[in-house]
Amino acid sequence: MAGEADRATGRVPGPWGGVALVVENHWEWYRRNWRATAVSTVVQPLLFVLAFGVGFGALVRGSGQVAAATGGVDYLVWIAPGLLAMSAVQTGAFDSTYPVLSGFKWQRTYTAMTAGPITPGQVALGHLGWLAVKTAGAGLVCAAVIALLGGVAGPGILLAVLVSVLTGAAVAAPITAYSATLETEGASFPAIFRFVVIPMTLFSGTFFPVDRLPELVRPLVGVSPLWHGTELARAAALGGPWPPWPAVLGHVAYLLALLGVGTVLAVRTFTRRLAR
Amino acid sequence: MADGLVQARGLTKRFGRVEAVRGIDLDVGRGEVFGFLGPNGAGKSSAMRMIACVSPRSAGDLQVLGMDPDRDGPAIRSRIGVVPQLDNLDLELSVRQNLHLYGRYFGLSRSAVRAKAVELLEFARLTERAEDEVEPLSGGMKRRLTIARALVNDPELLLLDEPTTGLDPQARHLVWERLYRLKREGVTQIITTHYMDEAEQLCDRLVVMDGGVIVAEGAPHELIGRYSTREVLELRFEPEHRPSGDVLSGVLAGRVERVEELPDRLLVYTADGEAAQAAVTAAGHRPLAALVRRSSLEDVFLRLTGRTLVD
Repeated sequence: MAGEADRATGRVPGPWGGVALVVENHWEWYRRNWRATAVSTVVQPLLFVLAFGVGFGALVRGSGQVAAATGGVDYLVWIAPGLLAMSAVQTGAFDSTYPVLSGFKWQRTYTAMTAGPITPGQVALGHLGWLAVKTAGAGLVCAAVIALLGGVAGPGILLAVLVSVLTGAAVAAPITAYSATLETEGASFPAIFRFVVIPMTLFSGTFFPVDRLPELVRPLVGVSPLWHGTELARAAALGGPWPPWPAVLGHVAYLLALLGVGTVLAVRTFTRRLAR
Repeated sequence: MADGLVQARGLTKRFGRVEAVRGIDLDVGRGEVFGFLGPNGAGKSSAMRMIACVSPRSAGDLQVLGMDPDRDGPAIRSRIGVVPQLDNLDLELSVRQNLHLYGRYFGLSRSAVRAKAVELLEFARLTERAEDEVEPLSGGMKRRLTIARALVNDPELLLLDEPTTGLDPQARHLVWERLYRLKREGVTQIITTHYMDEAEQLCDRLVVMDGGVIVAEGAPHELIGRYSTREVLELRFEPEHRPSGDVLSGVLAGRVERVEELPDRLLVYTADGEAAQAAVTAAGHRPLAALVRRSSLEDVFLRLTGRTLVD
């Protein structure tokens, strides 16, 4: 049996090696098809920057009320880290819906991956890993353009990009886990965008501080991962003022917990879906 | 079987209360082309997915390449090739990229997959289309690419789930020709199919599955010899002039083994089809069409299950 058995050239990659191979696959795909997605990951946030940061910012410049809300910094500078976090969340959410279901159902690329030595868990982790790479890249490009427009206060913007990546992944992980349980998209994905992503982008302190919201709804804001991310990203980008350290720890812990739970669930739902 | 690549005893797959595979025994030896023949829903694909180590078995024993899929799934999968029932190519990548990326999953280096892709493009007759996107390729080309991709790790065992379903005759023959070539090279293959001609042409040995169990096993010619006659006379009549099976059996007494009545035709199982046809005509029956052919696995299946295989 020996000589013949050596015929096959395949081998099992290590646990993280397998994840890296899935990320590499996504990257190769992106390299060929990036033009299609660059619109949503880079151009769209920059349109927000132009509309709100530059356009709306000019309108409110000199307003005392706005200065009070932003702590005196220019509206473009103030809104930039919020838009970075928002964009990462939107990319993370979108890329974890239709593309994930397609991997199981339409193109079935996930079944191709797991026909070889790659495990369903590695496919799930590779998807989230790739999203982190992609949102980091998009965040850096956006930050560079914002800098050219004069919207960057200092190198803290890099930390804001990192926080955005964490926020995007924290939203993507549970949605990824959920998408893996769907047989058909039905109304689920539009519902996620309508009732989760859009309210989250409007009321997480991206465009105005949440203390301007009515007392009644303010506790709801704490549920939004984007609010936790925006608080951190903005403090990082502006170089302060930072919230008290227990609050900072709380924000980070909330995002990490959501990411952790979502990732565990995603590994589980991918495994259940692909190995049945 | 010491050199068995696949060995199953009492292999069972349940989905909730449905038992798709109900305790089958299998031994597939090295170099063999082994077939699962059966209608849709017979349990072929479920059996195949257990052998491919993607679907955990519900009961029974299974060894693939001498290992247990429950424990060594990734190790087994790194040494086999899988052609699934539905193509799962990456449609937005080029033909060549599909081969490259797939090879990388098997831990192959970039230079190794580059070299292998050249060889596999040639094998799949897709060298000219190498840089094209997969999406617009024909069904036959996609199928050949899926088969080529499954060979990227030089697998010891190739699993093909309905390799030619949905292909036109010309495309099917090209796929068959490639599979012959692999057989000559000594690649062990397990094929599921509901086409009897495919099973007859490709398989050294096969099992006939129905309702989750194996109803017969053997080489195609053995099965035909065991369960059917040498020849079959197919008769079509105007509905109002169609004699019953019993009437025909009476007319052909002694000359015929049995008569099957299908909705559109009568099948007369006999050693000598010409003589049977002459006897039918002599008895005053006037068929619209009569055809004498050799027995096939279709007849074996009909005999074993009382149903036709396709449609």
